[in-house]
Amino acid sequence: MKSFFDTKNNPQLVWAGVGLIAVALVLLPFGAALIGTAWVRVLNFALLYIMLALGLNIVVGFAGLLDLGYIAFYAVGAYTYALLASPHLGIHLPFWVILPIGAMVACLFGVLLGAPTLKLRGDYLAIVTLGFGEIIRIFLNNLNRPFNLTNGPQGINLIDPFSVGSFSFSKSQSIAGIDFSGPQKYYFLLLLVTIGIIVVNVRLQNSRLGRAWEAIREDEIAAQAMGINTRNVKLLAFAMGASFAGVAGGMFSATQAFVSPESFNLFESIIVLAMVVLGGMGHIPGVVLGAILLTVFPEFLRYTVEPAQQALFHRVIVPAESLRLLVFGIAMVAIMLYRPAGLWPSAVRRRELQTDYDDADDAVAAANEAASATASRDAVL
Amino acid sequence: MDIFIQQIINGVTLGSIYALVALGYTMVYGIIGLINFAHGEVVMIGAMIVLSVVTGLLGAHITLPPLVIVLAGLAVAVPICMGIAYAMEKVAYRPLRRAPRLAPLITAIGMSIVLQNVAMMIWGRNYLSFPDLIEQKSIPIGGAVITNLQIGIILLAALMMAGLVLLVQKTRLGMAMRATAQNQAVAGLMGIDINTVISAAFMIGAALAAVAGLMVMSYYGIAHYYMGFLLGLKAFTAAVLGGIGNLAGAMLGGILLGIIEALGAGYIGDLTGGAFGSEYQDVFAFFVLILVLIFRPSGLLGERVGDRA
Repeated sequence: MKSFFDTKNNPQLVWAGVGLIAVALVLLPFGAALIGTAWVRVLNFALLYIMLALGLNIVVGFAGLLDLGYIAFYAVGAYTYALLASPHLGIHLPFWVILPIGAMVACLFGVLLGAPTLKLRGDYLAIVTLGFGEIIRIFLNNLNRPFNLTNGPQGINLIDPFSVGSFSFSKSQSIAGIDFSGPQKYYFLLLLVTIGIIVVNVRLQNSRLGRAWEAIREDEIAAQAMGINTRNVKLLAFAMGASFAGVAGGMFSATQAFVSPESFNLFESIIVLAMVVLGGMGHIPGVVLGAILLTVFPEFLRYTVEPAQQALFHRVIVPAESLRLLVFGIAMVAIMLYRPAGLWPSAVRRRELQTDYDDADDAVAAANEAASATASRDAVL
Repeated sequence: MDIFIQQIINGVTLGSIYALVALGYTMVYGIIGLINFAHGEVVMIGAMIVLSVVTGLLGAHITLPPLVIVLAGLAVAVPICMGIAYAMEKVAYRPLRRAPRLAPLITAIGMSIVLQNVAMMIWGRNYLSFPDLIEQKSIPIGGAVITNLQIGIILLAALMMAGLVLLVQKTRLGMAMRATAQNQAVAGLMGIDINTVISAAFMIGAALAAVAGLMVMSYYGIAHYYMGFLLGLKAFTAAVLGGIGNLAGAMLGGILLGIIEALGAGYIGDLTGGAFGSEYQDVFAFFVLILVLIFRPSGLLGERVGDRA
């Protein structure tokens, strides 16, 4: 069995694995459609969340900047698409024009938020980004006056689907003898974009910029001393993370054909953060795993917990939605306590977190703990 | 002019509630440098427990004076909130005291979600109304009015803040807290049990939070499982505005933030020609937070400290 995974001596095994995964990914939407079209939509959401989580992973995982308002950039991308391709303003641009615009607008917002706040220390930054996310949501909710930009809490509907000429992604169609439903077509488009984003992320992580981010995450002052322009590099992390969210937002708008401010509340930010943290901050496969788990798991709860309660008590006592959040909350605490590097951490991270008491700072803390333990008998309190 | 005075009165009332909650943030931050994200949730749980006790007592048809009913509610809520804060510190924060900074912040967010959803399971997702225990009377001052409830809130808040200052400045526990805030390692070597001091800071903050929960619930007349989140965020803003880690700063920041919000909500309609209304009230706190952090990150009364690696 061990020799089966021995990819070092049998490099062709890697290609066999990639081939298997590719076949599985192609067959997945057809398999899901057998259970129900709803599950194809779940797959699409999983892909959207993978994009979001990877974008946030740049900010939180690579650069170590805790961003609690990340969903604001998703909202900016979604509303950009909604405004430029719906009857609301009467503008109907094609999607390949809007998606780059959405990415750029989100990137601009990222810089707008980042520029003044990046000199703040980690936990302050978290609160400011959180405030920024709420400000964006409050504005989206109320900008139907003095002129109707966002249509307020009702949101914008009848958003155009992606289409190229007469080929529309929202309609069912038979291509080369295979029947594709709308969500299945979107699945393949989203899959392509997701793979593109994964490739960009992998290349970024191993680049000069990626190493600079990692240096800042580990020790900002030391990174600065090594000649890294920390302000610009951090700003780039914000801008890139935001533009990925902008792209994901545009695709969200098109697949849903409807956006409203309620889709972009703080809990969405926290859920995306939970995906990054649970999967393994800074480790791309881990983050992808986290995003998939946290999108599929609540659906699974919805189909098991509520019917089970119906059967047992003849009514739903604990709705799946609140159970989901409760489980997220407990999982966030438990992961930080027992697996601080996440479910699937990178090898480097794991090694780092296993060393203990090897520098002076830790030694002081250890001595301090020992002192307070012996002092507790005759403490002043 | 009377609108101005009225908004100042409303702002001071709201601000004294913010100040009480902000003290909880600032004590914990001053001692262990952690933003206790779940503190707002403790306020909410305090309010909910008081609500349950009060409606329970009213439903039992025992005629008691309103003050006794409220005190009974607090007598149940304060110890439970202190217990929650103690457990929270022990389970979610203490094991991470030497972990990277982001770790306890993430567990704090997790605790906040857990408390919110547990509260939602117990008390439901609807708005609950707090019964009118006393008849509200309005007292006119210079063209504006102040209600007896507002006077009660301001006086009680002032009393509790005075009590806290006395505790911190005059008692042995307070001295231990100040020493721990200055230097944990040395305080430990001087025979102070640091874990007890930190637990005490969490529990005192929770007691203040429970009272603040009662105040905000009786002021608005409603309670909701989500009420603690925004309140907590604003109180944190207040603590930062005043200079986090500084008790006087938290009080000043709370009152100032209350006044800024009240004046902002009162005047934004006139200033922008009716384009923006009081629905933007919640935005002011965040703008204040961002501006303070950009231009004076140490707050109004805080000391400027260098970066610690």
